[in-house]
Amino acid sequence: MKSEAPPVGLTRDEMAQRVAMDIPDGSYVNLGIGIPERITRFVPEGREFIYHTENGLLGMGPSPAEGEGEPELINAGKRQVTAIPGASYFQHPDSFAMIRGGHLDICVLGALQVAQNGDLANWSTGGPDAIPAVGGAMDLVAGVKSVFVVTQHCTKHGDPKLIEACTYPLTGIGVVSRIYTDLAVIEITAEGFQLVELSPGVSFEYVAERTGAPLIPIPTPSTT
Amino acid sequence: MTEAVADIFDGATVMIGGFGEAGSPIELIHALIDQGATGLTVVNNNTGSGEVGLAALIKAGRVAKMICSYPRSMNSTVFPELYRSGAIELELVPQGTLAERIRAGGAGIPAFYTATAVGTMLADGKETREFDGQEFVMERGLRADFSLIKCLKADTYGNLIFNKTARNFAPPMAMAGAITIVQTASIVAPGEIDPEVVVTPGIFVNRVVQVQNPAHESVLVAEGVTYP
Repeated sequence: MKSEAPPVGLTRDEMAQRVAMDIPDGSYVNLGIGIPERITRFVPEGREFIYHTENGLLGMGPSPAEGEGEPELINAGKRQVTAIPGASYFQHPDSFAMIRGGHLDICVLGALQVAQNGDLANWSTGGPDAIPAVGGAMDLVAGVKSVFVVTQHCTKHGDPKLIEACTYPLTGIGVVSRIYTDLAVIEITAEGFQLVELSPGVSFEYVAERTGAPLIPIPTPSTT
Repeated sequence: MTEAVADIFDGATVMIGGFGEAGSPIELIHALIDQGATGLTVVNNNTGSGEVGLAALIKAGRVAKMICSYPRSMNSTVFPELYRSGAIELELVPQGTLAERIRAGGAGIPAFYTATAVGTMLADGKETREFDGQEFVMERGLRADFSLIKCLKADTYGNLIFNKTARNFAPPMAMAGAITIVQTASIVAPGEIDPEVVVTPGIFVNRVVQVQNPAHESVLVAEGVTYP
């Protein structure tokens, strides 16, 4: 048992902001529920992201003003949303053709576990009493060009979420490209977890200790 | 309304449109509850909420099997209880695979290959095949004896347009149902819907029933309404 974690690393908002920095202008983006949803608040100046929600809307806008929502204008989380000027509605097969046909640029999802080869588990803990529910998660990770994961580095109990091999049921194999946590930005490479960036005030050792598989340090530029 | 669902028989496969409450044909489902058909296999993305609409149909014990992608949601308690007690069967299908299986069924395509679910437990036991160096899993097209859907406006030929994100599964289900039954807020004369904006052409529609002010599931649930 580790003692209670000291207050280091990024907040949930800062994590969302950090992901937003890596999304290019004009991207078609699908955001999962939780921290990913916060990305809409941190679109960098001068950039525009077009949001897709898989129940059938491209050009999703913010939540409606109090009392102005419509029960039949909702997002994939079944919450009421708005449509921006220039939005489009479509049927499910078309929505998933956007996903499976590789037309969406980036999806940002939460995770229960990510393995060093990019396997993702984010839909079920496999518990005997759990009601299995997958929604569009498997379609998104199989079809979208870049799959970003944003998650706390460890579980509430302090166990690493970034591990050698997932123990929970998989969402997809080798699908994750980048992981954004409260402690670091990590890329999935052929060699495994490649550190890209440490959060302010966080050391390599601190992250490595909390990662359940080898963490490859940022290469130091050659001096010769 | 009673007439529209009169021939739905015990053991039928019934597709029901809607994603959450958006597009849920509540009035048609309530007519089906009144009609009494049982042992149904129901295809819907979810399993309803509260004790109205699809959740009420399940609660009434009429559904033997659900084919869906996300059987739990906010205010969804009927299905989880029955599932845990073993009283209802579940076929869990990824959402895009579900949509495409319905579309394929309606288009006369018996099966297709997709990358979705490869390497996961939802591909267990399914045929896989490699195309251009990548592995895909085979999924079967899905057809139904009846489809129940909701739209905003229909003409008397059965041409349909929908309301915002309520469109979701309705167009492919209209194609995949041997008998497609539609509830619509308004019925207009042919020509009053611009052919350029028709979403579901009338060839996929068999019966149209007008429900001028359809109920919203979230409103009924918030009011504590149960059906029957």
